[in-house]
Order: sequence, then structure tokens, then C-alpha cells
Amino acid sequence: MNLQTLITDLQLKTYTQTADLENIIPSGGYASDLLSCVMAGAKPGNLWVTVQSHLNIVAVAALTECCAILISEAAEPDAEVIARANEQGVPLLGSSQGSYQLVAALSQRGIN
Amino acid sequence: MMNNPPHPNARRGRTVTDQDAREISRVEELSYELKVGEVMTANVKSVTAEMKIAGVLEILRQGRISGVPVLDAGGEIIGILSIEDVVRAMERNHLTAPVSEYMSHRLITVSDFDSVVKAIKTFSEYRVGRLPVLNEQGKLTGIITKGDVTRGILNALQKDYKEEELRRYRASHLFEDITSDRTSLILRYEIAAKDYQRGGEASSHIKRALLRLGASPQLARQCGIAIYEAEINLIIHTDNGGVIRVQIEPHRILMQTTDTGPGIANIEQALTPGWSTATQEARNMGFGAGMGLVNIRRCVNRMELDSTPGKGTKLTMEILLRPEERFREEGDPEAE
Repeated sequence: MNLQTLITDLQLKTYTQTADLENIIPSGGYASDLLSCVMAGAKPGNLWVTVQSHLNIVAVAALTECCAILISEAAEPDAEVIARANEQGVPLLGSSQGSYQLVAALSQRGIN
Repeated sequence: MMNNPPHPNARRGRTVTDQDAREISRVEELSYELKVGEVMTANVKSVTAEMKIAGVLEILRQGRISGVPVLDAGGEIIGILSIEDVVRAMERNHLTAPVSEYMSHRLITVSDFDSVVKAIKTFSEYRVGRLPVLNEQGKLTGIITKGDVTRGILNALQKDYKEEELRRYRASHLFEDITSDRTSLILRYEIAAKDYQRGGEASSHIKRALLRLGASPQLARQCGIAIYEAEINLIIHTDNGGVIRVQIEPHRILMQTTDTGPGIANIEQALTPGWSTATQEARNMGFGAGMGLVNIRRCVNRMELDSTPGKGTKLTMEILLRPEERFREEGDPEAE
């Protein structure tokens, strides 16, 4: 399932201006708020679910080549985070749901 | 994917790669960056309202163009006459009629300082194929068609591509082009303590540099992860920040971080997965999982940690490149 479909289906916010979200298909998912765990565990192309919304998540996602970051619990990234994500080409998504609900919903849609 | 109807804009028949996606978004970017004035056709032919259609037909034919703006005596644009208008006149056998009788009075224009995207939107909104371009004073300076937009964007893309190719070529042949008994490239980054905001910046730069030099994506990722953890350690744990030094050689990558304190009291404990002395502030941001050094060890061939409490810490990480990963040196046989 591609990112655009997920965004529509799960009513996610998109903070960044990434073109062609239809053509990004997550290779799987990873959920953690501990950045080192993400560095160790996230695989290239993974959709990363986290409650963290500060600037470092963009670097972590870029270094691990995550296909997007999904910020849970309505944590809003500030303008600088969004700017950096645009610059690095990391789509930033958001939802008011908790990480557990999001992961469950993603898993139901075949993202494991 | 089953309930997923194809997007109307989806390109059929082949998978869009990351590279494609990057290029597509670059086209979008360019349509915002490029100005109408840069891609339009300047010095356009124009006609007057009093001219006969037959005369215009000749101008269109000779210039191989499909429409001309109509100007009044003062040089102001008052309409546009397209080939379709001429055809209408021909159907009525009315080629002797003046331009004013058949021209379109509906004036949809763009400014030469508008982004190309404005022109694209205007084309589709009004279903027109050409737009007169006016300057700030409202005078006609050119005409823009969809063909001009395509050509302009393709030219800009080609220029981009050539520049990038050249940069890549130069960087990836660095070790080949320089003759010495031992060539190494040293990258140095100064990292400030508690500067969480910039955490990961140096590692991103290092990863990009390695890709530029022709490293495989896996190798660049591996170095990126190791150096990220070391960078974060400098940010969250040191008193005065520290220095990252990366030495790239054809056969290995040696990465070192040094700082001036506080030093690690118990190195064995520091290397235990899950052990961390990070502050609550750092933990709230998701740092301090106690996995940093563990991650580093997983990514490198050799890791050494020397530390003296009160003096500082030196972390050495070495990645030995497998023969197929090595950067090409002068005299190496051409790769396949």
C-alpha cells in the first residue's frame, strides 16, 4: 500500500511537500521513540512511527533511509523540523492517534 | 493494493524508482523556480486590428506559429488571433475581413516575472495553448506556449544534470587522479555540546560525502549510523563538545571522535547494552537508550574506546573495505 493511500485511509496529516507519495511503498514499519533503537532496527524504506517530533528525527530517518516518519499522539513538529524534512526529502506525517493504534492500523493494511 | 485504483497520473508499465521520484519532484521545483520570462519566446510577431486575415495567415505560415497578439497603435495588447480564428474566417470565405472581427478579445496574460507554474495553471484553467507575456509596465514582451515550458524545463534539467554528473565524476575519481604513496581524505567536524538541534548533521554530511566518492549505499549507511551515534555522544555527554575526524582511504575508513571530558568512569559498563548516563532532558528526546556504542560496534570492524575521567574520551572506529568496496586508485584496472 502506498503512502498516499495510507494518508487518505488513516486521515494522516502531511507536513512536508513530497511529490509522488503514490509511488512510495513502505518496505515495512518500525516503531520506537528511542533514536538508537531506530538506528539499529529500522530497515531502508521502513515507515517509522514515533511520538518524537524534534529536529533529530529527520537526521535519523535520513540516515536509516526511512521512507517517511509518522508522528503519533498529535505531537506537532515545528517549522524548522518541517523545513529540514523538506530539505532532506523525508515525508513527515502526523496523526492524533497513539503509536499502538497506528501500528495496528498499518499492520492491517499489510505494512509489517 | 487490491482496493487501490490506479492514480490518474500514474505512469503505466514500469515501476517508478527513487531516482525517478527525485527527478519528478525536481521538475516541480523547477516549475516554481523558473520564471516565465526565462522560457518564453521573446521578439514575437504582432499584428494590428485593421490588418486583413489573409495577411495574418501569411505571417503565421512563414513564422510557423499558431497565433499572434494584436496590438493597437500605442503598442498595447488588445487581443490575440490564433490559427483557429483564421480557420473560422476561411470557412466563411472571409479572408479579407479585418483581424478585429475574428480575434479573441478575452485577454488572459501572464507576467514575465511569474513562475512557470502560474503559466501551467493558466493553460489548464482557461484551456488555452498560448499566453501573451506582459512586463511590469503591462507591455507585451513575449509569448509562452506549453512547448516553451517543456523546452525550458528540459534545458534547466539538463544543466542540473550536467553539473551533478561533473561533480560526481570529479569526486568519484579523486583517489585515481591523485598520485601519492598513500592518499587519504580527511573530513573534520566540530560538534558543540548540548546542541541537540544539529544532532546528526555531521553524520549526514559524511554519508553524503561517501556516496559522492562512489561508496556503496550499504557502506555509506553503515558509516552514517556509526558516526551518528558517536556524534550524539559528543552532544549529550561532553562538557565542551568535541571533534569528529573521518579519514577516508581507498582500503578503509577510519573515524575518530575526541573530546575533553568528562571522560567515562567505567568503560565496561558504558559498553553494556541499555546502560546510559544521559540526562532526563536527553532521554525525553529519545536519546540515552544505552544502545549507541552497541550500535557502533555492530557497524564497524574495530572499535576502541579510550577514556580518562577528567581528561576526555577518544573513540576510534575503523571499517575495512572489502575488495569490491574499495575506492579506485591510480593504476587500478578499470572496473567492469
